[in-house]
Amino acid sequence: MTEPIVQYKKVHKAFDDVKVLKGIDLDIYPSEKVAIIGPSGSGKTTIIRMLMTLEEPTSGDIIVDGTNLWKMEKKGELVRANEKHLRSVRGDIGMVFQHFNLFPHMTILENCMTAPIHVKGEDKKEVEERSIEMLGRVGLGDKMNNYPSQLSGGQKQRVAMARALVMRPKIMLFDEVTSALDPELVGEVLEVIRDIAKNDDMAMVLVTHEMDFALDIADKVLFLDEGVIEEQGSAQEVINDSQNKRLREFLSRFRN
Amino acid sequence: MNGNYWSWERFADAFPIVLEGLGTLISVTISTFIFALLFGFVWTFLRRIKNKQINWIVTWLMEFIRSTPPIVQLFFIYYAWPVMPVIGVTLSGFASAVIGLGIHFSCYIGEIYRSGIESVDTGQWEAATALNLSTWDKWSKIILPQAIPPTIPMLGNYFIILFKEVPITSTIGVQGILFMANSYGAQNWAYIEALTIVGLILLALSYPSAVLIKKLEVKMNTRFDKNAAIQMNKGVTQQ
Amino acid sequence: MNPITDIGGQLIPGLGITISILLASALFSYLMAFIAGLCRLSKNVFLRKFTGLYVEVFRGTSLIVQLFWFVYAIPILFGVNLGSNWSIGVIAIGLNYGAYLSEVVRSSILAVAPGQSEAATALNMTSFQKMRLVIFPQAVRMMLPEFANYTIQMLKGTALVSLISLNDVLYYGNILRSSNLSYAPLIYIVVLIIYFLLALPLILFSRKAEKIAKKGVAN
Repeated sequence: MTEPIVQYKKVHKAFDDVKVLKGIDLDIYPSEKVAIIGPSGSGKTTIIRMLMTLEEPTSGDIIVDGTNLWKMEKKGELVRANEKHLRSVRGDIGMVFQHFNLFPHMTILENCMTAPIHVKGEDKKEVEERSIEMLGRVGLGDKMNNYPSQLSGGQKQRVAMARALVMRPKIMLFDEVTSALDPELVGEVLEVIRDIAKNDDMAMVLVTHEMDFALDIADKVLFLDEGVIEEQGSAQEVINDSQNKRLREFLSRFRN
Repeated sequence: MNGNYWSWERFADAFPIVLEGLGTLISVTISTFIFALLFGFVWTFLRRIKNKQINWIVTWLMEFIRSTPPIVQLFFIYYAWPVMPVIGVTLSGFASAVIGLGIHFSCYIGEIYRSGIESVDTGQWEAATALNLSTWDKWSKIILPQAIPPTIPMLGNYFIILFKEVPITSTIGVQGILFMANSYGAQNWAYIEALTIVGLILLALSYPSAVLIKKLEVKMNTRFDKNAAIQMNKGVTQQ
Repeated sequence: MNPITDIGGQLIPGLGITISILLASALFSYLMAFIAGLCRLSKNVFLRKFTGLYVEVFRGTSLIVQLFWFVYAIPILFGVNLGSNWSIGVIAIGLNYGAYLSEVVRSSILAVAPGQSEAATALNMTSFQKMRLVIFPQAVRMMLPEFANYTIQMLKGTALVSLISLNDVLYYGNILRSSNLSYAPLIYIVVLIIYFLLALPLILFSRKAEKIAKKGVAN
């Protein structure tokens, strides 16, 4: 068996006094597609934000490709990771946000090119070619020189995906990427994710409210409730077969 | 020369003398502010006239007064006004200060009034019209009660800015703390201690006022729910 | 003979001082604004408090008092005479408006949406790259209108240097007045017009900058 690329071990997270996650254990394998579902406020987003180093766990470990993300060794002791350590570990992780977070002062193409050039020090010509190819893949080849403010929400989100993909991550995180979109724009974004899921072999973690979509692409579905993983298994097992009462209640709100 | 070193003795000596100017500083500030508050209405009224030419002239006149140095405006009123043909009258330093700085600041205050009125939702105007209120009732019962409160912290800020501008009136003989410090300096050939006292007095009065207004601002914002939405949003993304 | 152009001609020699003081103190204040603005956001408590003190002292007192104070304090503090009051004018105006503008720098940086910083982290940028490539370019766009407005305030402030015997436009105006009192109204109106003409490009720039600020940072 292959080793997991990400492991959560007894991860807890509290914001001030509010316990958001209460002991998360989770393995994610290379090229595995994981969907996290659950009511809002259940801590779904926090799980992936900790992996992206946007939130620090209160306790527990997150292991990325064999390296402890939030702790590092210093004189034989495990201490809190510094910025340099975090950077060295998170290089293989990419993220797409609910509110896109495109850089408004850069064109679409510049949004895609900035990080590979400055962060990875790659050749500009090569990055440009790759970015153009990626923008073509998400269907925005003709918008390269536009600014984000000139795009629709769905287009912005596709750019955000191209921007993350150009970095060639091994793990891609999707944080409720369709929640801020007008309903008629959701389809085009899901289409792109489906394409990535089918054709790229990176691991993907999706926090989503799109149940049918999760059923379609996910190898594994987690149901998170009040900071605990209540159910875990194949999409079929969790979404269709589970007898968990909270889960059935939650799902019934999505099936009319 | 005495002024080449710091002396605590002179500091103690100058303190009561400089302090004598405090009453004048405060009374000039308050009188000028009242003048500016009233004159601000004139600008707001003039800018509401729906005539392109008049609007253009008023806008640029305000811009002219705002973007030229108040000290020159004070000199104009103090030195030049008395020799104006027909309308010229001699004004005291105090009156020149109140009129000169008052008109200067009224241009800012007029804009604050305008922003307050514009911040009232158009729906409120329409509702007032739909209820068939008279012009007087519309303004006094619907528009102004909503337009005035948000402007209070802004007006407070301008009060403090004005307070710090008033010391320039010492150049036209208004005997505030700066004037007293300079005359103490001239008599003793040592300015540094007296000027430091002026700075300390200004700081002691303006800093707490600024803190107070900041608090008021925060209170107003929460009352009018401007930040509530932002804070809620933050809570959601943090889950 | 046209008295307006005649008066104008006699005030022209003061333009050199007015403009050079404005330019030098504006540059100095911008520099102070960025240094102090960034220090106030620093993680170092001492640095934060120290800059906070600078900002509050200069914002809490008057420019005219600072101007006079520096004239007498600099020889005592540093044991040197700067030789000219020109440098004192630049130091006082620069430090004063640097304090105001540092608040603009600070609040603009804080006003950049937190999502921008998160996106930069997700692209694995260093803190410095995040600042240089993402936060700063957006913050600067927001700062522009306020920088233009405060530069107009600085122009108004330069008129005070006539009080520390620098030969600026107002200084020549006052000289002219003392020799022809009956022309005083016209003299001061011309002085005001000169200041307004100097302010005009800044006024127009600030209006344009407001549009840039609105457009450049929209999501």
